[in-house]
Amino acid sequence: MLQTFLQPLIGGLLIGLASWLLLASLGRVAGISGITAAVIAPNKEEANDTAWRLVFVLGLVIGGLIAFQYVNVPSQAARPTWVLIVAGLVVGFGTVLGSGCTSGHGVCGLGRRSIRSLVATCTFMAAGFVTVFVINAITGKAML
Amino acid sequence: MKKLTFAFASALLFALGLVVSGMTQPAKVIGFLNLGGLQQGVSWTAQAGFWDPSLAFVMGGAMMITLVAFAITPNRNKKPWVATGFSLPTRSDIDAKLIAGAMLFGIGWALAGYCPGPALASVFTGGLDAITFVVAMGVGMWVAKRGVK
Repeated sequence: MLQTFLQPLIGGLLIGLASWLLLASLGRVAGISGITAAVIAPNKEEANDTAWRLVFVLGLVIGGLIAFQYVNVPSQAARPTWVLIVAGLVVGFGTVLGSGCTSGHGVCGLGRRSIRSLVATCTFMAAGFVTVFVINAITGKAML
Repeated sequence: MKKLTFAFASALLFALGLVVSGMTQPAKVIGFLNLGGLQQGVSWTAQAGFWDPSLAFVMGGAMMITLVAFAITPNRNKKPWVATGFSLPTRSDIDAKLIAGAMLFGIGWALAGYCPGPALASVFTGGLDAITFVVAMGVGMWVAKRGVK
């Protein structure tokens, strides 16, 4: 596959089109953390409308499996299990607290020209940059 | 049923985009967040220590579409294809929860190299790493939703 900007760009366009499809058909924002959290712990409002959310989550899981058959993906990076557990916990907790992740605030929120989403996106990007910088400084080498 | 079909189709396309873009590869995400890697140079293959610009192009490509989509599709006089109306976020306030939540998310994202979408798309293919992350993420979501929200 093309190891240039083209592959990320095409992937990004597909992500945008998928978001547009959900907006045009269901009238919803493709915010993956919000959709997932509503399946795991729905509030009263969400409890009446869980089916499409569950199907959307399953679609992501199955779609990932199908896509991997056709796209050459290099091997995964190694990190300790406890790091993955801590990371998963704070990603789950943080995305609910902050009302969104890269898809809801990033792809859709910025597309909606929401200032709230712009602030969230800049904040999680900055937190990501600082985290990698600090870990590299502590361990004295690049994380991966 | 139509509603479920469109939700499923959208998710399949979203997952394809995630895999094609490289965002299901934690090394590429962490490579993008490693701004210090610019001292070494740029790598499109997530070479350790280098900066990988891929994620900027993913966001750029996705936004090129969503900027158009959200400008033209939601319309008070029209309904979505298979729903009675548009249900879009309405909040515009910037509060402490938004900032604290985004900070926590950013830290976890950098630690694992996974955000929620790519992690879910990797459940069958990312080995024990992806499964561990997804289970922990679900617990974190449950705790936040039942405890804080």
